[in-house]
Amino acid sequence: MIAAGKYLRIALGVAVVLALILVPTTFNRYGLYILSQWAVMSIAAMGLNLTLGYAGQVSLAQGAFVGIGAYAGAILTTQGFPLIAAIAVAIVLCFAIGWLLGYPALRVQHHYLAFVTLAFSTLAFLVFRNESWLTGGIYGISNIPRPHILGMATSKPLPFYYVCLGSLAIVTAAVWWLIRSPWGRAFMALRENPVRALSLGVDTRRYTLMAFAVGSALGGVAGALYAPLTQYIDPVPFNLSLSLDLLMMVIVGGSGFFFGPFLGAMIAVLLPEWLRFTQGYYLMLYAIAVILLLIWSPSGILGILDRYLTQRRTRAASALRAVAKPKLEVAQ
Amino acid sequence: MSAVLEVSDIKKTFGGITAVDDVSFDVREGEILGLIGPNGCGKSTLFNCILGQLTPSAGEVKIDGRDVTGLRPSDLNRLGVSRTFQLLQVFPRLSVRENLILAGQEHQGSMLGRLFGPSDAGLSRAANEMIGFFKLDHLATEPAGGLSYGQQKLLDAAMAFMGGPRLVLLDEPAGGVNPTMLADLKDRLIAMNREKGATFVVIEHNMEFVMSLCSRVMVMAEGKVLALGRPDEIRANPAVVEAYLGH
Repeated sequence: MIAAGKYLRIALGVAVVLALILVPTTFNRYGLYILSQWAVMSIAAMGLNLTLGYAGQVSLAQGAFVGIGAYAGAILTTQGFPLIAAIAVAIVLCFAIGWLLGYPALRVQHHYLAFVTLAFSTLAFLVFRNESWLTGGIYGISNIPRPHILGMATSKPLPFYYVCLGSLAIVTAAVWWLIRSPWGRAFMALRENPVRALSLGVDTRRYTLMAFAVGSALGGVAGALYAPLTQYIDPVPFNLSLSLDLLMMVIVGGSGFFFGPFLGAMIAVLLPEWLRFTQGYYLMLYAIAVILLLIWSPSGILGILDRYLTQRRTRAASALRAVAKPKLEVAQ
Repeated sequence: MSAVLEVSDIKKTFGGITAVDDVSFDVREGEILGLIGPNGCGKSTLFNCILGQLTPSAGEVKIDGRDVTGLRPSDLNRLGVSRTFQLLQVFPRLSVRENLILAGQEHQGSMLGRLFGPSDAGLSRAANEMIGFFKLDHLATEPAGGLSYGQQKLLDAAMAFMGGPRLVLLDEPAGGVNPTMLADLKDRLIAMNREKGATFVVIEHNMEFVMSLCSRVMVMAEGKVLALGRPDEIRANPAVVEAYLGH
């Protein structure tokens, strides 16, 4: 039964990946734009899921890191640097700033930490808007080029969608590997019981900073892809509401579940589009759907699945025990 | 026999209250030292001062002759000193095996080395041995939060033994554990002591458990050491009977 479940999961994974590659070939320009945005936001949400879902550190600053990555990407690629170099710079920059932002987390936790990161978010927004020598201020940066990959131009929507999807695949593999490494275990220990972790030799300080740094760096990757996706950036998309959106994606998808951010980003990016036929009501319906979901399952969509699977396993175990018991009695 | 742990003149004050008042004692290599005394007499505070959870107001802690006063708990743990807590402290959403691997993974190599090393940090075998030793085989892949209280206590103790510590401080290991499980736990502790040469300090209220397990017993009252000696001496000590054991 376990083997069958494994094959089923692999088959499902292959089907989803094939669908993500093949189905969009029929999409129009706008559909591809939305789906590319889903891929980019999934990367940013995965970073936040690492910081919040796995390591338990609340952050309301992930949107600011997407902004830092986007500006790094926009400035460098308009200066003629390749996108891959821009992504590398975004990673290093966001990793370093994220590490520094982790320091308050060593002193304050939960909603106090949320406020500290919220202040950082506001600060980053003010820098984007006011330091116009660097960021172009409220006029932003336009004509952001899309890259050539292996000599092929990706300026059309479909090729650039594949750039976003490919990046998502690489980040997914890297995060999958990270959370299965001893670091992932240490992050979870930080979330579940920092005092006990410390007494077992876990350097909770360094892991807390690392959780912030790695999560923020992924925000930077998302930003560096966001810039060539929209080809024009200004400060508005990177205000606090993006951080709140990303937080919502993580929580709605299922905080601390590996695939939570994909589902969360899908709901945050795609659901409003699907609901557009309701005209003026679509944002209201979207808000109500999110409220109802979280009342039903505070642990998000994957929380529902998790509960169902746990129940089924428990039932299976009780059934096995029920069968085993008479056998034991006979044996005696 | 040499001393693994030397505590000299440890004092800890909280505002006007002196919780631990000039406590000095040695723990000898390979012994099991019991620490008893009424609630609030400073036993757990003393543990926390030794292990770096609290910084002592005065005094010195030495491990193997080396001054470790004020080191962080994670540093002390890597020097081979581990502990359990009075209240249960396992990681509920990690499996039993993952709990044990976590308990051992930070003892070797660098943080970066661990990232690029094997995902079990090379500890699967050690974890499986510990699971076998504490008879948790059938629960190895279960989330620790789903275990019964007594089983979690066993796991909690097993975690303290990962990485082969020199000295283990156990804070009320028997609290809330049923008699069968308690016999098991005692049995495991004695085996750990004899086979692996681990030295213990055990805080416990269960007198029968303490007196049968420990080679020496220290009694605390109102932050001070009241008596220190063999179990039979402690039982016969009038001051101890007066302050704690009762008639």
